[in-house]
Amino acid sequence: MTQHWEDIKNADLILIMGGNAAEAHPCGFKWVIEAKAQRKAKLVVVDPRFTRSASVADYYAPIRTGSDIAFLGGVINYLLTHDKIQHEYVKAYTDFSFLVKDEFQFADGIFSGYNPEKRSYDKSSWDYQLGADGFVKTDPTLQNPRCVYQLLKAHYARYTPEMVETVCGTPKDKFLKVCEMIAGCSTPDRTMTVMYALGWTQHSVGAQMIRTGAMVQLLLGNIGVAGGGVNALRGHSNIQGLTDLGLLSNTLPGYLTLPGDKEQDYAAYLAARTQKPLRPNQMSYWQNYPKFHVSLMKAWYGDAATKENNFCYDWLPKIDKLHDVLQVFEDMGQGKVNGYVCQGFNPLASFPNKAKIGGALAKLKYLVVIDPLATETSEFWQNFGPHNDVDPAAIQTTVFRLPSTCFAEEDGSIANSGRWLQWHWKGAEPPGEALGDGEIMAGLFLRLRAMYAKDGGAFPDPILKLTWKHRIPANPSSEELAKEYSGCALSDLADPKDPTKTLVKAGEQLAGFAQLRDDGSTASGCWIFSGAWTQAGNQMARRDNADPYGLGIAPGWAWAWPANRRILYNRASSDPSGKPWDPERRLVFWNGKSWGGADVPDMRPDAAPAENVGPFIMNPEGVARFFARGGLNEGPFPEHYEPFESPLDANPFHPQNPQAKSNPAARVFKGDMEAFGTPKEFPYAATTYRLTEHFHYWTKHVLTSAIIQPEQFVEIGAELAQEKGIAAGDRVKVRSNRGHIIAVAVVTKRIKALDVAGRKVHTVGIPIHWGFKGVAKNGYLANTLTPFVGDSNTQTPEFKSFLVDVEKVKG
Amino acid sequence: MIRDPQDLRRYTASQRVNHWIVGMCFILLAFSGLAFFHPAFFPLAMLFGGGVWARILHPLIGVAMAVFFTLLALRFWRLNMMTATDLEWLKRAREMMDGDDHNMPIQGKYNGGQKALFWAVLVCVLVLFVSGLAIWREYFSALLPIGLVRFASLLHAVFASLMIALITVHVYAAIWVKGTIRAMWYGTVTRAWAKQHHAAWYREMTGRKS
Amino acid sequence: MALQSLDIKARSATTTPSPQIRKAVEVAKLIDTSICIGCKACQVACMQWNDLRDEIGSNHGVLDNPMDLSAASWTVMRFAEHENEEGNLEWLIRKDGCMHCTDPGCLKACPSPGAIVQYTNGIVDFHEENCIGCGYCITGCPFNIPRISAKDHKAYKCTLCSDRVAVGQAPACAKACPTGAITFGAKEDMLDSAQVRVDGLKERGFQNAGLYDPQGVGGTHVMYVLRHADRPELYHGLPQDPHISPMVSLWKGVAKPLATAAMGAVAVGSLFHYVMKGPNEVSKETEREVEKEGEQ
Repeated sequence: MTQHWEDIKNADLILIMGGNAAEAHPCGFKWVIEAKAQRKAKLVVVDPRFTRSASVADYYAPIRTGSDIAFLGGVINYLLTHDKIQHEYVKAYTDFSFLVKDEFQFADGIFSGYNPEKRSYDKSSWDYQLGADGFVKTDPTLQNPRCVYQLLKAHYARYTPEMVETVCGTPKDKFLKVCEMIAGCSTPDRTMTVMYALGWTQHSVGAQMIRTGAMVQLLLGNIGVAGGGVNALRGHSNIQGLTDLGLLSNTLPGYLTLPGDKEQDYAAYLAARTQKPLRPNQMSYWQNYPKFHVSLMKAWYGDAATKENNFCYDWLPKIDKLHDVLQVFEDMGQGKVNGYVCQGFNPLASFPNKAKIGGALAKLKYLVVIDPLATETSEFWQNFGPHNDVDPAAIQTTVFRLPSTCFAEEDGSIANSGRWLQWHWKGAEPPGEALGDGEIMAGLFLRLRAMYAKDGGAFPDPILKLTWKHRIPANPSSEELAKEYSGCALSDLADPKDPTKTLVKAGEQLAGFAQLRDDGSTASGCWIFSGAWTQAGNQMARRDNADPYGLGIAPGWAWAWPANRRILYNRASSDPSGKPWDPERRLVFWNGKSWGGADVPDMRPDAAPAENVGPFIMNPEGVARFFARGGLNEGPFPEHYEPFESPLDANPFHPQNPQAKSNPAARVFKGDMEAFGTPKEFPYAATTYRLTEHFHYWTKHVLTSAIIQPEQFVEIGAELAQEKGIAAGDRVKVRSNRGHIIAVAVVTKRIKALDVAGRKVHTVGIPIHWGFKGVAKNGYLANTLTPFVGDSNTQTPEFKSFLVDVEKVKG
Repeated sequence: MIRDPQDLRRYTASQRVNHWIVGMCFILLAFSGLAFFHPAFFPLAMLFGGGVWARILHPLIGVAMAVFFTLLALRFWRLNMMTATDLEWLKRAREMMDGDDHNMPIQGKYNGGQKALFWAVLVCVLVLFVSGLAIWREYFSALLPIGLVRFASLLHAVFASLMIALITVHVYAAIWVKGTIRAMWYGTVTRAWAKQHHAAWYREMTGRKS
Repeated sequence: MALQSLDIKARSATTTPSPQIRKAVEVAKLIDTSICIGCKACQVACMQWNDLRDEIGSNHGVLDNPMDLSAASWTVMRFAEHENEEGNLEWLIRKDGCMHCTDPGCLKACPSPGAIVQYTNGIVDFHEENCIGCGYCITGCPFNIPRISAKDHKAYKCTLCSDRVAVGQAPACAKACPTGAITFGAKEDMLDSAQVRVDGLKERGFQNAGLYDPQGVGGTHVMYVLRHADRPELYHGLPQDPHISPMVSLWKGVAKPLATAAMGAVAVGSLFHYVMKGPNEVSKETEREVEKEGEQ
C-alpha cells in the first residue's frame, strides 16, 4: 500500500478492481464503509463476478478476467481526451515533459528491442534522452512528439470505449459511467483510492495491471495524498514482511538486490545501484545504497565483514537467473533438486498444475515441511482417493515434518498491508512438540555449523562466520531479531554537523536509517526497518491511537516503515509551492522553514519548495514515471495482452500478430506451452479466488470455518448452467488441459456471460480452499486446473485466467 | 350391591376393559393436555413426572386412545344409529333433565342423548387425533406448513375442551342415573333399571312385551 | 440466563405480574443490511461465545451455510439475488435470527411457566431448564426462529447474548462484525442511528430505504435497515407485516379462559343439577312391576 488501511476513510471514490476487499479483507473493508458514511464516498467495483464487495457498492461493472489493462487503458484515454487530469500535479510531479529516445518504438503490440527466441527485450531503447549535463531533456510545453505525455496519449488512443467493450465485455455505457465517476476525482479536492489484490497480481501481465492503475492515479493527482494511492491488500497477515525482508530468490532485505553472476566486482555492484540524480536537485535516495548494504553485511557477519574484504561481498551468492518457485519446481521435475525445505508453505495446494508439482516432489530425495498443520504438501505421497490419486509405493521421497507454532503462539511483529510493524504477544503456548520457526531454523543452523566446523567443506565461511550472538543460541528471541534488523552502532558515531559530538554510542540502537554508514560502523539487518527498535525501546509495541490531524494517522500506534511514514510520497499532497492541494486534508506541507504535518514528510525536511526537489525521492528523476524505462520486462507502457489461456484466438488489439497475443516477455517452460488448452476444447474462461469464510488452505482445519463453508463448490452463471443442464446443487466436473476437479455447482446470477470480440464468454468461478487434509469435507485442489506460467517480472502464477470445460456429473 | 341372577348383561368383560382403557387414556390426556393449555393446570404435569414427561407421554397416550377408541367404536357404532324415536327423545331431553322421565319415548339400549354423545365423542377423537399428529413436534410438525400447525393447535384445544365437557356430561349422567355405573363395573344392570331407562332394550332382553 | 429475576418483565405460562419495580433501558441490535458483506463473522462469533458447533454440512448450491437455523446455529446469513427494475443485480444479504419482539409469539404460546422470559430491556430469552420441548414456541413465532434440538428436545434460539448484555457488553455478533453493519445499544439510540443510515441510503438513490421495526409485533429489539423497506420479502422472505397469527392469539388468548370457564361450567352445572334435581333413581313402581313380572 502507498497508504495505510485507515486512510481509505479519506477517499471520495473507492475503486475495487483486481480484488474483493469485502470478501478477502473484511476487517480493513470497514474503512470503505467509513468513507461512505463520513465522506459520502462512492464505491465502484469492477470484477468478472458480482462479489460481496459489489453487493455494497454504488456501482458495479463486469469485466472479462485478464482484460484489466484494456479497461484501465480505456480510462487513461478517457481522462486524457476529456481533459480530466490534474494538470499542475502531472506537470510538476511526473515525467510528462521528459523526452524519450528516438529509438524507442512500439509496433503492433511489440516494443523495440524484442528477441522472440529468448522471449525477452533488449531494453536499451526504453530510456530518456539525456542532455550534455547528464540530466534528462524535457519539454515543459509538452508539444514535443517524443515527450512522455505525447507518447502516452498516442499509446492509449487505441483504447477507445468501443475497444474496451470488445476486449473486456464491459458494456460501453457501464464503462463510461465508471470513467465519469473516476474523472470526478481529477480535481485537487476530490480523491480516489484503488484497492487491489491477487486479482491483479495473479496474471501473466499482473505487474503491468497494477502499473496501469497507478498511472490512472497519477493522472488524477492521487498519489501521495490522503485518501488516494494504490493499495495492495496483502493476503497473509505477514506477507508484506516477507517481501520487506527479501525472502525472494533475487532480493536481499529492504529491497536490496542480490548480485547477478556477472557482478563479481563489489564496486561495480554498488555503482549500478547507487543512482545519480537524473534531474537537478533530486534526492535520488538510492544514492545511499552502500550504507544500507554495508550495514546489512555487518549485521550478518559482524567483525568478519571488513572494508578490506569488501564486507564479505564474495560470500553472497551471485545468481544466474531468477530461482522463483516455478523455476525451482521446473528444476525439481527435471530431477535437478535433491532436497526442499517448505517453511509455512503448501506448494502442492498453492502452486499451479498440481500434477506437475506433485510429480516434482516425488523426484526429491527428501522434503522438510515446517508447518503448524498437516499440509497437503506433507501428505503428497499418500493416496486420498480421487482427491490425490497417487501410488505411495512409487514415491521414494522421505518427508520430515517439523511441527511449528502459529502466529498466536509466538511474540513478534507482523507487517500489515499498510507497512505497519505491529508487535504482538503470544496468546497461548504451542501444543505438543511444536517449536517456533526461529528455534527450528536455529537448530538446523547450529547443527550445520557444527558439521562444517568438524568436517570442513567446499565453502564453510558464510556459515561458520555468521553472527549468532543470541542469549540462547538454540532459540533466538523475537526481540533480539527485531533489534538486529532495526540496527545499532558498532562504534561511536560522530555527529556529521559537529564532529566533536557523539550522535550514537557504540552498542546503542539507531534512531533510523539516516544514521546508517557505509564504513562498517553501523549494522542493520533490514534498512527500511531501521528505527523500529530504537534506544527508546520497541516502537512496534506502541499503542497510542491519538490522531492529532483527524486524518486517521496515529503516529504513536505501532511503527511503519520507512521512518514511521504512513503515506508514501506524501510531499505530493502539497502543490509545488508547499501548500496542501486540499486544505481539508493537510497531510504534509511547507511551513516556511521545514516540512511538517500529520505524517512524517517523505522529503528532506529543510528542502525549500524553490529547490524543486521532487516528491518521488527513490527515483533518480524525482518524479513519478508514466514511462517505466527498463523497470518492467514487457514494456515501458502497459499494453493489453491476453491470458496464456484465452477464450479468444488473437489479441483484439493486434489480431494479425500472434507474437503479441499473450505477454511476449513471459517465461514459458518447455512442455508448459503444450499444456495450455485451446478454446475449442476448453471453451469457458475460469478464475480462482478466495471466500471470506476461509483463509487459504488453513482454515479447513478449523471447525467453525468448516461449518460455515463445508464443501467444495464452483460458481456457474445461470445462462451457462441452463445451456449445460446444470441445476444448483448438482455435481459438476470442471476440466482444464491439466486435470479435473469435481464439485457442487452454485448456479448464480452473479456471473454473467459477456460479449467479447463477437463471441459469448462464460466465466466459471473456482474458489480454492479445499483439499484432502482438515475437518471440512475433502475436495480437489483447485490448482489441479491452473497453468504453470507467471508474470514476467514477479513470476506470480496466472491463477486468475485460464480455460476449462464444465459438464454435469451423471448419477 | 348384590348380584342377582335376574340382572341383565349390558356389557361383556372385553367391552368393559376396552371402555376403561379408553377412559384411562382420556383422563391422562385431559390432565396432561390441560397442563399445556392453561397455566392454572400446569401443576397437573407433575402427575406425569414433570412437564417434559407430560409432553413425551401425551401424544403416545393419544395414539393409544385413538386405537382403543376405534375398537370401541367398531363394537358400538351400529347400536348408536339414530332413529326417529331418538330425535323425539332429544327434543324432550329437558323433561328428562328435570327429573320427570316417565313420559319419555321408549328407548332401546341407548337413548338419543347417549347416541348423540357417542357421535360427538367420535368426532372429537377423530379431530383430536389428526390435529394431534399435526402438532406432534417430534415427528410431524416440521413437515407441515406453519399455518396448518397453528390451525391444528387451535382445533386441538377447542375439541379437547369440548370433549372434556362431553365426558363430564357422560360421567355425570352415569352418576346421576343411579344403577348405571355398575354396567361398566360388573357388566350387568337390574331389570328395573333397564325397564325404566331402556324399556325397548328391556323387552328385547327379556322377551316381554310390556 | 444471566440477568436477574428482577429484570424479568414477562414470563411464559404465568398469569400473575412479574416484578415491575426495576426500569431498564430498552436495548436493540440494529443490522444495516446495506453494509453487510455476508462474511459470516457473526455466525462464528455466535458459535464461539455460546460454545455451539453445528454439524459440518454440505453445499446445496448456494453460499448459505448452515442452510437453516438449528439448535446449534442461532444465526445464519441468508443470501438473495435480486434483479432490480433497471436490470442491475443486487445481492441482498440478511443475518437471520431471533427478532426479540416486544410482543413475542413464542412466549405467548409457551405452556411451561418460565421457559421463556422477556427482560425489561426487551430481550426474549429461553430458559432451557424449564423447556418441555413441545415446540409451541415455533408455532407461535411469526419469524420461524426457534428450533428444537434432536438431541435433548429443548428449544433454542438467539439470546441476544443476554449474558453479555447483563454485564454491559454488546452481543458477540455485534462485537465481531467487521463493517459495523451490526450495532447494539439503547433502542432509542439505534432508532436515531437507523434514521441517519436510511437518510444516507435515500441520498444514494434508494427511495424506499427504511427501517424494519415491525409494529405488528409491537416493534422488535433486532431491527434491519433495508434498501427496499417497501419489499422486505426480497430479503429471503422477511415478512411484510409480521404479527402473532390470529390462530395463536385465539388459542393462547381468549380460548384459554373461555374454554376453562366452559369446562368448569359443565362440571359445576352437573353438580348443581344433582343438588337441585336429585338423583335419577329407578322408581319404586318400576321395581315392583319388574318384581311382579319375575314372579309370573
